Amino acid sequence: MAHKKILFVARKAPYGQSRAPEMLDALMVAAAFDQQVHLAFLDDGVFQLVKGQSAEAIGHKPFAHAFEELDDYDIEHLWVERESLAERGLSESDLMAAVTLLDRAEMAQAMAEADLVVSA
Amino acid sequence: MLHIVNKSPYADRALDACLARLTEGAALLLIEDAVVAALADGAYAAKLKGLDVYALGPDLEARGLAAKPLCAQVVDHAGFVDLCVTHPASHSWF
Repeated sequence: MAHKKILFVARKAPYGQSRAPEMLDALMVAAAFDQQVHLAFLDDGVFQLVKGQSAEAIGHKPFAHAFEELDDYDIEHLWVERESLAERGLSESDLMAAVTLLDRAEMAQAMAEADLVVSA
Repeated sequence: MLHIVNKSPYADRALDACLARLTEGAALLLIEDAVVAALADGAYAAKLKGLDVYALGPDLEARGLAAKPLCAQVVDHAGFVDLCVTHPASHSWF
């Protein structure tokens, strides 16, 4: 199978829907099949990376820790859009994992260069 | 890149999110409730001006909007498929 550049795009806040854990499952499968996997957080998706989450407080299964373990899957970059963070009163220091900040134009370019975009 | 939006921009921010991140050569396809953005007299006409915008005909017809002045090219389902295969990738902004 040819290596494809697959970009997962997270635009939704966690817990309202089950998109975040489902995206994690899908991207781990993609990475396990040696695809080139990238992960981008923009709009409300940036809330998925906020540190100190307690999913148990609302009866949800915790998943956020998985973002810190993506290194093991050779997923090196968590791209986070700088403007999305700033609009929501967040900064890089609020996030749990080491991320790469991209400005909006860089994020647009990263999305344009993907072979496959998966919305989550 | 073909960008696909299916929510009304008057109720959901997906179209705005997409428009903020379009790059050169991108096409935008409005389907389902997003076709309401294609009205030439609507608030989104100015934002869509100059872009390569399409709206799905059956979704316009279903909503009684097919005969209204539009700021998008109308495509049928075959046209939807053509757009998907003529662009290297598609991005659904759901």
